[in-house]
Amino acid sequence: MGTTEHAKQPVPAEAGSGAGKRLPILKTYKLYIGGKFPRTESGRYFTARAPNGTALANLCLSSRKDFREAVVAARAAVEKWSNATAYLRGQILYRIAEMLEGRRAQFVSELVAQGSTETDATAEVDASIDRLVYYAGWTDKFQQIFSCVNPVSTSHFNFSVCEPTGVVGIVAPEADGLLGLVSNLAPAIAGGNTCIVLASNTRPLCAVTLAEVLHAADVPGGVVNILTGTRDELSAQFASHMDVNAVILCSSDAAEIQATQIKAADNLKRTIVRQSSDWSAPEHQSPYLILDTQEIKTTWHPIGS
Amino acid sequence: MKRKPNARPRRKTAARAIDFQTDWTYAPAPESTGHIQLRERYGLFINGQFVNPKSGKYFATTNPANEKKLAEVAEAGIADADRAVRAARQAYETVWSRLSAAERGKYLYRIARIIQERAREFSVIESMDGGKAIRESRDVDVPLVAAHFFYYAGWADKLAYAFPGKTPKPLGVAGQIIPWNFPLLMAAWKIAPALATGNTVVLKPAETTPLTALKLAEVFRDADLPPGVVNIITGGGATGAALVNHPDIDKVAFTGSTDVGKLILKALAGRKTKYTLELGGKAANIIFEDAALDQAVEGIVNGIFFNQGHVCCAGSRLFVQESVADVVVEKLKERMETLIVGDPLDKNTDIGAINSRMQLDKIQAYIKIGRDEGADFYQTSCKLPAKGYWCAPALFTNASQSHRIVQEEIFGPVLAIQTFRTIEEVLEKANNTPYGLSGGVWTDKGAKIFKMTSKLRAGVIWANTFSKFDPGSPFGGYKESGVGREGGLQGLMPYLQLA
Repeated sequence: MGTTEHAKQPVPAEAGSGAGKRLPILKTYKLYIGGKFPRTESGRYFTARAPNGTALANLCLSSRKDFREAVVAARAAVEKWSNATAYLRGQILYRIAEMLEGRRAQFVSELVAQGSTETDATAEVDASIDRLVYYAGWTDKFQQIFSCVNPVSTSHFNFSVCEPTGVVGIVAPEADGLLGLVSNLAPAIAGGNTCIVLASNTRPLCAVTLAEVLHAADVPGGVVNILTGTRDELSAQFASHMDVNAVILCSSDAAEIQATQIKAADNLKRTIVRQSSDWSAPEHQSPYLILDTQEIKTTWHPIGS
Repeated sequence: MKRKPNARPRRKTAARAIDFQTDWTYAPAPESTGHIQLRERYGLFINGQFVNPKSGKYFATTNPANEKKLAEVAEAGIADADRAVRAARQAYETVWSRLSAAERGKYLYRIARIIQERAREFSVIESMDGGKAIRESRDVDVPLVAAHFFYYAGWADKLAYAFPGKTPKPLGVAGQIIPWNFPLLMAAWKIAPALATGNTVVLKPAETTPLTALKLAEVFRDADLPPGVVNIITGGGATGAALVNHPDIDKVAFTGSTDVGKLILKALAGRKTKYTLELGGKAANIIFEDAALDQAVEGIVNGIFFNQGHVCCAGSRLFVQESVADVVVEKLKERMETLIVGDPLDKNTDIGAINSRMQLDKIQAYIKIGRDEGADFYQTSCKLPAKGYWCAPALFTNASQSHRIVQEEIFGPVLAIQTFRTIEEVLEKANNTPYGLSGGVWTDKGAKIFKMTSKLRAGVIWANTFSKFDPGSPFGGYKESGVGREGGLQGLMPYLQLA
């Protein structure tokens, strides 16, 4: 690799370099595709830096091929995840929260390394955990809120239910590297979709660490796939891939939004644009955000006479 | 089959066949057109009045059953679309958004009642302008139109109950573009929820079927609906584009082809305009060996020959389980022979005229494609009138998944039949299409119904029935068949911002 400076592990602050002290083990940040942690097939990397320019870690600079492989993994996982019981999905989302709680300190220190204050970082991690618990509770309830039996004027039983849209691409917000990602990921998977997430380019550490949490929480492989890289290279792929059913673009860049919507039109992808300066705001947790990546199916059957 | 030796011998099959030449001729029973009042020329309905188009242009709308001109209608240009949007904006700001929700609903009830009173007139004009059989416009389209206004009328002052935890607010001005297959019904699907939710409307009917929308304008006037709340501008694709591209519309509702839907999406990219799209389809209608086959045959006929097959949710791909394929196809052909094709105004007519010369050309081109691709073609032997645009009901057997007649929407009375052996196979084939609007399943096994209806990727599934519609039943597609739902509680959401 061609860096001139060595990327340092952000976490173990107590690990000094004095004589007799133990040399810390640095973490390798990799991708998360299909339940595995591969490096990018492209062999490229970028360096995550602290606001003062200090190198924190080298991350995979994902390629279009990585994205395509992630779509294949996500598609393969749709059948199992969308048919998992709502109870099981709730259990798994709650398990993610449990795992995250157990690794609070690591997430806080990653956020601090990327420029958050200790207070803000703690608040962001706590809000992320609580948000996962919130959606864990919705998995077996949103259907009851948004479904209905329709009183048609013929002799038919007619009902409408929610079904997951399918494979959802999420271009996560740049700010709030953990909470921004969780706020968009949780409602999509709570509803039975599978996802490919492009993590924040400037605050990517927590996304990769979250992948480890997801893995430990028994989220089936392929349900969540996490890539690191640049929007410039990848957001167009999220919009144009013909086997992606919906794209959630977290952006306030008018040109990026327009370009995404134009490309997404080619297979009628559902495009959801979200922007926020504060992902901890209450409007960022709602069952209506689950509904954004649901389709309504209406079924008719004769009642007989 | 074994028979007791002294049992009475059964009649031979040939003698049991129905003789279509003598048994099935009906005397003509045409609906009267004497009470129909059409002007020679219609302007644009803007701000409560019919006005001349600034474009200065008019075009003819003809009866596809006899190719005779029915009336001239205005062709709205960019300036006309702008005028209509301004009228809608002004009505929204000065009148409609200030009205109480209950009063808004009362206007819709009035409209529903007037449509019921004028039902016969609307049915006849719908059949004259669009070519659909009067039996359908009278028994399906127009009653559903009135029901749709009646249904949404009641929602106007109850919106807060529809979206728990949210405060619904109208969007403003809705630009709505509708197709020619269900002209008045699509107008109702668009206008009723828009008004109930407090929006104002600019509606563009299809080029070949503008008349019932213009007659609907008379209903709005008679109902004392405030001027500008609904504006109706006629024209073709350019008029639709002028409406979509207008910067002051808050919502686009479009029903039409998937290709045009994608163009609209691209035109709306980067704008705050909300949208719903109801686009094409290629529905799988799936018959299992344990289905009630005679009922299934009726469902197949209803699925593909209803409205000349000009139906986005038509059951245009038939999948029959191999063990019953021969008997189903034989029954289907027999049933098809009884279908009466001809004068849309005749009360005995099952299949009316193809909507336009252009559409007839397209259907015939697909029939040629299907034959060239190697599928086996069958078309009924009925006589077709000399004038007008007609297509006798047709089917292809031995169609395969890669055939264009299986993949592409024909939008005519042409059925493509494939067979299957297992549930997994038929699900794979049925879902292997970019479309996802509707689907049908025929079986007597309850668990199989639920398996199929939950695995088919489409927005509307008919089980042991087909082509049923109701204002309270949400309609709309998965995948490339559209975005959003129309009808029912879910049909409110695209016209609201939920704060």
